[in-house]
Amino acid sequence: MDVWISIILSVCAASTPLLLAATGELVVERSGVLNLGVEGMMIMGAVAGFATAQVTGNPYIGALVAIGAGALFSLLFAFLTLTLVANQVATGLALTILGIGLSGMIGEGFVGQPGIRMEGLNIPFLSDLPIVGQLFFGQDLIFYVSIALVFGVSWFLFKTRAGLTLRSVGDNHTSAHALGINVIKVRYLAVLFGGACAGLAGAHLSLVYVPQWVEGMTAGRGWIALALVVFASWRPGRVLIGAYLFGAVTIGQFHAQAIGIAIPAQFLTSLPYIATIVVLVLIARNRRMTMLNTPASLGQSFVPDR
Amino acid sequence: MRLELQKRAGASTLFSILSPFIALVLTLVAGAIMFVILGKPPLASLYTYFVEPLSDPWAREQILVKATPLTLIAVGLAVCFRSGNWNIGAEGQYLIGGMFGAMIPVLFNDWNSPIVLPLILIMGMLGGALYGLIPAFLKSRFGTNEILTSLMLVYVAQQFVDWIVRGPWRNPQGMGFPGTKKFNESAILPSLWQHADAHYGAVIALVAAIGVWFMLAKTTKGFEVTVLGQSPRAGRFAGFSVKNMTIFAFLFSGAMAGLAGISEVSGSVEKLDDKLSLGYGFTAIIVAFLGRLNPLGIVAAALVLALSYIGGEAAQISLGVSDRAARVFQGLLLFFVLACDTLIHYRVRLLRTPKKLSGKTHQPHSPSQVDTAKAKVWNQVGHGN
Repeated sequence: MDVWISIILSVCAASTPLLLAATGELVVERSGVLNLGVEGMMIMGAVAGFATAQVTGNPYIGALVAIGAGALFSLLFAFLTLTLVANQVATGLALTILGIGLSGMIGEGFVGQPGIRMEGLNIPFLSDLPIVGQLFFGQDLIFYVSIALVFGVSWFLFKTRAGLTLRSVGDNHTSAHALGINVIKVRYLAVLFGGACAGLAGAHLSLVYVPQWVEGMTAGRGWIALALVVFASWRPGRVLIGAYLFGAVTIGQFHAQAIGIAIPAQFLTSLPYIATIVVLVLIARNRRMTMLNTPASLGQSFVPDR
Repeated sequence: MRLELQKRAGASTLFSILSPFIALVLTLVAGAIMFVILGKPPLASLYTYFVEPLSDPWAREQILVKATPLTLIAVGLAVCFRSGNWNIGAEGQYLIGGMFGAMIPVLFNDWNSPIVLPLILIMGMLGGALYGLIPAFLKSRFGTNEILTSLMLVYVAQQFVDWIVRGPWRNPQGMGFPGTKKFNESAILPSLWQHADAHYGAVIALVAAIGVWFMLAKTTKGFEVTVLGQSPRAGRFAGFSVKNMTIFAFLFSGAMAGLAGISEVSGSVEKLDDKLSLGYGFTAIIVAFLGRLNPLGIVAAALVLALSYIGGEAAQISLGVSDRAARVFQGLLLFFVLACDTLIHYRVRLLRTPKKLSGKTHQPHSPSQVDTAKAKVWNQVGHGN
């Protein structure tokens, strides 16, 4: 029994950064912006969170700084694509390349240092309950934030006026503009939110999942998060399912490696990436669903006519 | 204060030439600021980075070595990006190209013949092209996003090459180090001059750049690439096929990346090892944009980026600046290039006081209105048929 609980806990830990980053990116894409810089924002969050935790000794301050770092970094993207109407695909790539380089430079002094782990919650009585205790009351705070975020975003997008405004901007920015909505402002806010989420996702990697700083430690998770948004056809609930599916694949291949299955480790390591491709193909085959849910202005620049 | 963009009547020729240079200057300024923050003398550091390597013959040769794969990959990417296809996985195609090319010298190590070299170069191109075909096929057949699939394949390729140089192809006499046997003489791209690190890959890259420039500027295929990239709808009216172009663009850029891979393996390393993936495939994206997707511009851009690598190594030795600073430079450069490209199509004006919008009323709208508008847009962009 304990084995199963520890496996479930490790699946949660592997899924949380994917879930956070994908939920943030979902909001960004719902506003019509395609930010391919998730990987870069995530790794900036990871290094900022780790460095802050090292200096202050407090992982929670680290996580907050990571959120700020992710948001600040996304501002670069927002300025280029929204104010200067630069190409969103290329700018997103630039953000990733810069993020990986910059984080490597910032983190150079922290390589190999033992990390400060954000411990799980410890609620008297509840955390000690058998089976459910560790799962529901004993994990790290970021895990609970990630779950709450999915429901929060779902409620925001589909039940609030502001959410409707955001979706309308993403579906038809010209009409939204004609209705008096400040398209650029809405998109700026969405991009900032996405950056903050990616930053927190990075913090989870460097403060909970690995607790260490390793150069390039995001290892494509930002890109997998982007694929998850497509997989989820821009629905928060499906992002949750997708993220945990990928978490399970990741943990599954770790366990397979540990058991010593007669498949080379490299093949197992590439499983999550191959799974991403397979999933993208499966979802793309269902054209009707993809078409209905894709934000219609996704990736298109908007210059307000005055 | 507020920025306002005004669309120009046509693309500005002046700025399309100037913008890469403005971007370079801005990168240098940003770099100087970075050095100040790091506590290094900014001007001396920039000198070490971008001037010193040029005065040293050994460093000049290294620039040539690094510019070779960058040019080859970026020239292929230029065709791909121009046609509106986003191949982000050149790094993977580069690796698989290197591996495919290494197949003959690894499996037939004793085969000495003048035919071997051309054969392995063709094998390299074939490997890269086939690996590039995967995202292209998935895109044209199922409509899968090629950005994500091509990128995922980079990680798969890295793992695969890592496995093959540690497993089946490992040199039994290699003291346990990952890597194949050293290639024999006939499988090695000759040096440009005696005892040089620079090899004939540089010549191949230059020829490729000129050839692709000719194709883009003077042939119908080049016209097709440009038309489909700028307006797929217009291209369809001209009888061009978007799907076939996707396949062509990926096959072509994959083959170029594969050629870069095998020229690196056969010309520089002279065997396949686990250190082939150095991020050239990603840096080449910067090269392609800095060269404004023009093959001749790309040759110049590749030399600039290669200089930043070599300068980075020099600065690490003489100034103690982290070699990651070179990566930061490269990232900043791409940012500034993209920002400066705005000047080509827009006039940028700085307004002091924000203009008040008059009659800012919110009309209530229902989701159904949005959905109708969405359906309209879908039809407009040509998804409706």
